[in-house]
Amino acid sequence: MSAFPRVTRRRAVTAAVVLVLIIAAAIWAVLPERADWTAQDLRITVRSGPGDDQPVDLDARFLLPAGRSGRVPAVLLAHGFGGTKDSVRSDAESLAARGYAVLTWTARGFGRSTGEIHLDSPDYEVKDAQRLLDWLAQRPEVRTDAAGDPRVGVVGGSYGGALALLLAGQDRRVDAIVPSITWNDLSRSFLPQAAETGTTGVFKKSWAGLFFGSSSGGDNPACGRFAADVCQAYLSMATTGVPDQATLDLLRKSSPATVLDRIKAPTLLIQGAVDTLFPLSEADANAKGIAAAGTPVRVAWFTGGHDGGTGPGSDQDRVKYLTIQWLDHYLNGKGAAPGDDFTWSRVAGFSALDRDLVTNGYSATAYPGVTGTGSARLDLSGAAQPIANPPNGNPGAISSLPGLGSRLTSLLSGNVASDIPGQHATFTTAPLAAAVDVAGSPTVRLRAASPTGEAVLFVKLYDVDQGDAATLSAGLVAPVRLTGLAKDLSQAQPVTVTLPAIVRQLAAGHTLRVVVATSDQAFLSPAAPATYTVAVDGQLTLPTLVGKPIASPAAIWWYVLGALILVVLLGLAVLLLVRRARRRRRVTTVTAEYADTPLVVTGLRKAYQDGFVAVEEIGFTVERGQVVGLLGPNGAGKTTTLRVLMGLTTPTAGEIHVFGHRLVPGAQILSRVGALVEGPGFLPHLTGRQNLRAYWQATGRPWADARFDEALEIAGLGASVDRKTKNYSHGMRQRLAIAQAMLGLPELLVLDEPTDGLDPPQIAEMRRVLQRYATDGRAVLVSSHLLAEVEQTCTHAVVVNKGRIVASGPVDEIVGDSPTVAIDVTDVSAATDILTGLGVRSVTPDGATGLIVDMNGTPRAEVVASLVRAGVGVDRVVPRRRLEDAFLALVGDNSRGSGDR
Amino acid sequence: MTVGSAVGYRPSRTLPIRAEIRRQASRRRTQLALGFMVLLPLIILLAFEFGGGGDDDDRNRGTAFSSLVDLATSGGLNFALFCLAVSAGFLLVVVFALFAGDTVASEASWGSLRYLLAIPVPRARLLAVKLVVALAYSFVALFLLAGTGLLVGTLRYGWHPLGSTIAAQIPPGQGVLRLLGILAYLAVVLLVVAGLAFLLSVLTDAALGAVGGAVLLWILSSILDQITALGSIRNALPTHYSDAWMGLLSTPIQTEDLAKGAISAIVYAVVFWGSAFFRFTRKDVTS
Repeated sequence: MSAFPRVTRRRAVTAAVVLVLIIAAAIWAVLPERADWTAQDLRITVRSGPGDDQPVDLDARFLLPAGRSGRVPAVLLAHGFGGTKDSVRSDAESLAARGYAVLTWTARGFGRSTGEIHLDSPDYEVKDAQRLLDWLAQRPEVRTDAAGDPRVGVVGGSYGGALALLLAGQDRRVDAIVPSITWNDLSRSFLPQAAETGTTGVFKKSWAGLFFGSSSGGDNPACGRFAADVCQAYLSMATTGVPDQATLDLLRKSSPATVLDRIKAPTLLIQGAVDTLFPLSEADANAKGIAAAGTPVRVAWFTGGHDGGTGPGSDQDRVKYLTIQWLDHYLNGKGAAPGDDFTWSRVAGFSALDRDLVTNGYSATAYPGVTGTGSARLDLSGAAQPIANPPNGNPGAISSLPGLGSRLTSLLSGNVASDIPGQHATFTTAPLAAAVDVAGSPTVRLRAASPTGEAVLFVKLYDVDQGDAATLSAGLVAPVRLTGLAKDLSQAQPVTVTLPAIVRQLAAGHTLRVVVATSDQAFLSPAAPATYTVAVDGQLTLPTLVGKPIASPAAIWWYVLGALILVVLLGLAVLLLVRRARRRRRVTTVTAEYADTPLVVTGLRKAYQDGFVAVEEIGFTVERGQVVGLLGPNGAGKTTTLRVLMGLTTPTAGEIHVFGHRLVPGAQILSRVGALVEGPGFLPHLTGRQNLRAYWQATGRPWADARFDEALEIAGLGASVDRKTKNYSHGMRQRLAIAQAMLGLPELLVLDEPTDGLDPPQIAEMRRVLQRYATDGRAVLVSSHLLAEVEQTCTHAVVVNKGRIVASGPVDEIVGDSPTVAIDVTDVSAATDILTGLGVRSVTPDGATGLIVDMNGTPRAEVVASLVRAGVGVDRVVPRRRLEDAFLALVGDNSRGSGDR
Repeated sequence: MTVGSAVGYRPSRTLPIRAEIRRQASRRRTQLALGFMVLLPLIILLAFEFGGGGDDDDRNRGTAFSSLVDLATSGGLNFALFCLAVSAGFLLVVVFALFAGDTVASEASWGSLRYLLAIPVPRARLLAVKLVVALAYSFVALFLLAGTGLLVGTLRYGWHPLGSTIAAQIPPGQGVLRLLGILAYLAVVLLVVAGLAFLLSVLTDAALGAVGGAVLLWILSSILDQITALGSIRNALPTHYSDAWMGLLSTPIQTEDLAKGAISAIVYAVVFWGSAFFRFTRKDVTS
């Protein structure tokens, strides 16, 4: 025997399939992804500065679509502050794959580009970009509108977005821009003022510091790679919180607000609603300014930004789609003109899978600005409250955590914000009667009194649920610096405070809480301690906006699901019909010549898949009234034959007919066969009676047909029939199994080793039962390796050896009259002489007094008479009709079964 | 036409569903599994009652998912939801695997399978009845768990809206609908386990092997799903969408992942069951 498994066809096929799958997976994993673009890293030296004479070396990458035919429009793709050309790599690649020549570069002062940071200064960064437009115009791959005028769009976020706006304002060659999450006025962004007053705002120290700190390298430890004037502006502003004129001028110069009226390139403005650096109002100002010049403008909001990141997948997809649509139309002339409808998104809930927020998209026909299309007014209650300004703003309230990454969840389900007791005043509304869809800047009228005449306050709007959990939407606060305040609240003039624009559904039952605080860790508040008194006047105004939900691609999946279920059901129906038709055809065929014969086995052969042949060829017949014994040594193929007979195993060749019906697995004719094959099989937790009952229930036949009591009587279990079968002895189980086989008195009874485990009286009883059973035209097939049993029980026998029939026929016929006789005599030697004289074939001594005599035709009577005549006493004469002899004669001395072959 | 079968025998009447239900109902493992579904909410309730409720002040309020724990005692609906949430990951998987994986393999190991086939119960019918009954028991277990949770939760904590920290509270009437939706989704997703266990049940005679194998593969899939480096391959994992029922808690409900999860589960289940039928109707029953 080999230690290796045999190679069969089945195994070979399986192995081949597995191998092919593994190879396919390996190839798929190893093969490089076929890129739709080609990229080239290069360094471009441009001259810029006020006199166009300061060279700077820009680290750039130029990407071209792979399947390009002819000249293609170009896209100038700018990165955000602190990034490099690699920050926008995937965007560049997807744009190139869409058919654009894409030029990305690391802005001066960052990464491997030289130069200093001038904060998108028109003399530096913007001029760099103009030189890049020149460079693009020279490229043979890039489509041009005129000599030196490439067909080009400018795309960028934040720092790159402002560059897009400023470049479009400075250079008419730009054909379309898509600035996102960027500023309109840098001084307003870093010194926001939410009150209706001309006073300079409050320094947004955390964001400013974050940006200033993100520049590394350079010779000056204080300034990094910032240009001296920018550095100086920051240092002075961060020290005092109040900018000098030079700083204001510098910030102003870097603001798109100054060039909006000159922008002619169609502009798609994308702004994030979760952005405490450049809130929605910045894009609003840009949109209004550009639209005023008659240039097409479209605005989209998404749930993300400098605090919120790129937002959920649905928002990313929408922004990407809008961008491509914009560029395709205005650069490539593909697609209809994008409308000026406005899309935005609102948090809908959690995604269970990415553990992040999910947003729903909405659209409105026109951009409503940050004032909404409607408004809701809510009464605020709360007495005037004194609040203390902590020295140096410490301890300070927390609203947002700039730069701490983009966990939308923490910002929009609100666990970050906290206020310091004694430093904030609270005003609340009554619970909302109905949900309010807020989109825009809420306003509130505030009165404040200060002993110094000045106050810095932070106004915030909390959404408070029924469980008193308060959420500061997106961490947005309205900083207010008021001057010329009265010392007493009664003389204070109300001032309107415009809170940052938010997008949020305020659910019914929630209350709104307006908090006026004296400190915020994101801002620089006055160093001197003071106590102010604050009150709100009357109402909170919420801008509302109701949009049309953008059809989510989710609907497609439901259709797919529906179609899938339909297909499965249809497939099932077809399968059932086919099966039914096939079965109907099968059951009707009857072989007439066998119609009254309980069992006809012809040419049966069973070879297992591992190549072992259990049955070579077996054929026999069981007629009505017969008890047929299937006799053979262990492994002769008896059980396999019975397995095939019961439809448990399909034969390799040959046929079995039961009452003329061809027997296949599950053939209905099996219902006329009762069986015990390979030992009993019962549900161990049921009693004997319950088991028989469960079995009969499974037949689905009428209860009366079971002949239940007769079967129980045959089992002879007495009171034990109500014990659980798992407690039965082997013999009890065997008897119960025989009773089960006899349930319904089947016309053919097939019993495999029925006397296994029975004691001698029970065996004797069983013999009688079987013999009686075969009357009334029924038939019994018994398999056994016990010769005596077959000889005593069966009318007919089929002797099997090594998978073949050795003999078959009536037991008497097989056994025949054995030619030998055993004789016990008083005088062995005398008897031997006499018998030899009679002409028998052989005389063999058997024990002290016994002789085995091969009679060779001599009648037994004559032998006895001769012995007696000669004076030899005869004690016993036994004709040796033992089947054992016949059996051994038939199967030979070799007692090894076919299993050993 | 001679059908030739015994009087009263019709293939379509063999192994009636009622008989199979009774066969399984008498088994101790069925009784224990269903009993535990009733017991678990009671145990959880006792744990909430006696397990020191005073530490709420120390605990940070976490994500919306830990809020399921915080909110569990806020009403019957939330309590039932909590019971489901803690069971969905493993207990229900085991229960589904138990009912579907044990059904054929245990008959094979008792030796009673060959007697059913010799009746003869058509093989496809045998499998179909076994599958239907196994699924019915699985669904009953699922509904028992939720129903008991809802009942004891409501008796103890009252009939209140279904709360979650991100979405607005859901009024009780709609909350019941959401809960039913969650049950339906869990039932669909767990069809994968039922399918796998059933296939294994047909392939092996060892009931424990079928049940354990299905649970093991489910856990393996869950582990692979945790490895984000696998990227989009994870979408094809049968467990990938197993938590999508949480989308039913937000307002408006998040249905995209539910649909994807249902598609994935049905495809897997059909493949597994198809293989089981294909194999069983052709194999030699030797046990």
